[in-house]
Amino acid sequence: MKLTHLFATAAVALGMATSAIADDKTKVGFVYVGPVGDGGWTYEHNKGRLAVEAEFGDKVETVFVESVPEGADAERVMTQMALQGADLIFTTSFGYMDPTINVAKKFPNVKFEHATGYKTAENVSVYSARFYEGRAIQGHIAGNLTESNIIGYIGSFPIPEVIRGINSAFIHARKVNPDVEFKIVWAYTWFDPAKEADAAKVLIEQGADVILQHTDSTAPLAAAAAAGNVFGFGQASDMAEFKDGPRVSSIIDDWAPYYIARTKAVMDGTWETMSTWDGIGAGMVGIGEITDKVPATVKAEALALKAALADGSYHAFTGPINKQDGSAWLAEGETADDGTLAGMSFYVEGIEGDIPQ
Amino acid sequence: MFKLEKRPQASRSFAYLTPLLAILATMVAGGLLFMALGKNPFEAIRTIFWDPLFGEFASFSRPDLLVKGGPLILIAIGLSLGFRAGIWNIGAEGQYIVGALCGAGVGLAFYPLDAWYIFPLMIVAGGLGGWAWAMIPALLKVRFQTNEILVSLMLVYVAEKLLAAMSLGLLRNPDGHGFPGSRNFKDYETAFNGELISNTGMHWGVAMAFIAVIFAYILLNRHMLGFSIRLTGEAPRAAKFASVNPTRVILFCLGTSGALAGMAGLFEVSGPAGQISIDFNSGYGFTAIIVAFLGRLHPVGILFAGLLMALTYIGGELAQLTLGLPAAAIQLFQGMLLFFLLAADLLTNYRIKRVKKEAV
Repeated sequence: MKLTHLFATAAVALGMATSAIADDKTKVGFVYVGPVGDGGWTYEHNKGRLAVEAEFGDKVETVFVESVPEGADAERVMTQMALQGADLIFTTSFGYMDPTINVAKKFPNVKFEHATGYKTAENVSVYSARFYEGRAIQGHIAGNLTESNIIGYIGSFPIPEVIRGINSAFIHARKVNPDVEFKIVWAYTWFDPAKEADAAKVLIEQGADVILQHTDSTAPLAAAAAAGNVFGFGQASDMAEFKDGPRVSSIIDDWAPYYIARTKAVMDGTWETMSTWDGIGAGMVGIGEITDKVPATVKAEALALKAALADGSYHAFTGPINKQDGSAWLAEGETADDGTLAGMSFYVEGIEGDIPQ
Repeated sequence: MFKLEKRPQASRSFAYLTPLLAILATMVAGGLLFMALGKNPFEAIRTIFWDPLFGEFASFSRPDLLVKGGPLILIAIGLSLGFRAGIWNIGAEGQYIVGALCGAGVGLAFYPLDAWYIFPLMIVAGGLGGWAWAMIPALLKVRFQTNEILVSLMLVYVAEKLLAAMSLGLLRNPDGHGFPGSRNFKDYETAFNGELISNTGMHWGVAMAFIAVIFAYILLNRHMLGFSIRLTGEAPRAAKFASVNPTRVILFCLGTSGALAGMAGLFEVSGPAGQISIDFNSGYGFTAIIVAFLGRLHPVGILFAGLLMALTYIGGELAQLTLGLPAAAIQLFQGMLLFFLLAADLLTNYRIKRVKKEAV
């Protein structure tokens, strides 16, 4: 057993050696959870990859594997990437957290970047975006647009990331429209056009005339277009093809600046473990064009809100805010700390229903 | 003019030949597909079939062959028993999930106790979980003559919901900052299904798969129950005359395939996957159906088919990585394999005969 272990270590060392002397190109790998053509989450990560290629040209080589299941498969793909000489590997789904840590242990000279997780190591950084800032703007627009005062929300999974978005959107919708109500449907998927379309239809039947989605396909927008007189937002990607239809704005994940900066850090040898959580200010969260279906005054307010979020003069969770059960959370003028936000598992006051447990 | 003529007896030589023919046809058609995508077909085929076994980093991918093939073989062996008897369990994916949930649940309930009996208990719980899930379509079929294909398939979706609920609720890691997913078994040595010999990929699940192959072989060739199963599938009327009890065959076949799928789930969750998570299942239960047929429903055939299937997965990823082939092309390639196999099957039962044109 010891002997095989020794051989394996030698093989790893050999692998590292060949990758180091192979060429002076920096090799950057990407592991995707969906297909690059999903039009949402993975699509945007892939755009980030292409931006890295465009930025560095010949000095960089990128590789990717798409639709990689979370778990043992992900570990194998990352191992192969590292063996093939990748210097930097971005693993772009929460479920890749433990596999990333495991593989990183085996390849101490390869840098890993895990999206939306919280486990770091000597050669593992984590990064995520403050999507809730975009949700605040969506809530503001949605609260103004709704006639029925019912806003439908398609949640993917009841995890802090999604709950944060619901709370942020709700707070800002209520601010401009005290009568507004949220109806929340959990789709239990990140990407499943059929399920997402069903969820949108159910919400529309229940009277929702604005649909917010935290799932990645364009199916809810298509359902909204079919129903007519229903508004929606692009998710993860601009989804501009629905601009003449229901889409009034969007939250865009823009990973390009981060990917370029991190690749550069590896090239320069300045890469360090970091926990990045950037928002509108740093350009990681983009707000897609607000169309003319939104009244000019509302649009101006939304843009002002965006500017305030960007320069940090306003925080999307600013008190007074109570929790759903009526207990106080944030006092007047107090803002939420990142720790609470990262693990958020409660609704704010006014949202009906329970978070599924 | 050619005409298809039914053979009086299925051709034995073609039964062995068709899988090879199918693989060959897949390579040719796949090569054309890769060529249409602007890749060198020979390089692509070599990357998929050769590199994982003998390429530069084969010492890393060879163990993965067992890790990926193990659950496929274990599940496919169970399914093949039923398929032989004409009992179609399509819901192995669901039984796999429920087995993983039950087994992991038992393991996590003991956390952080260190005792030798925990892992065996988990295996039993995993098997029982899968068995119980498969008993639902079995009992419904026996009692109400429902269609086991539909019931078992629908129960996959129920199991998926159960999986999501469990990873968000009961089995959620209390130290996980509110994120979904259970504790990782890698951090719980006693209950972890690690490699038996390091860097071979050999874990208890793979060992169990090999054992299952041997037992299935003995059962089908040397045991009365195996004979009943085969007779039920090949000649139901004869089975009746031979007083084979159909209820017993149904319960046995569905129960066994469920238990094996459940165990495969347990071995996967406590080993390679490490934890219960919302997307824990990755289609083993469905892929195993292909493996069962690719292996001609024969235990030894399934062993090879499982490894071959694993090879196309690992090689497929490699082809994405080194050649930039899209994942969809790889899936298409795997689909071709089954398609050509079923098409080539025609030759086992029929022969092509020349017929002279008849005057009108």
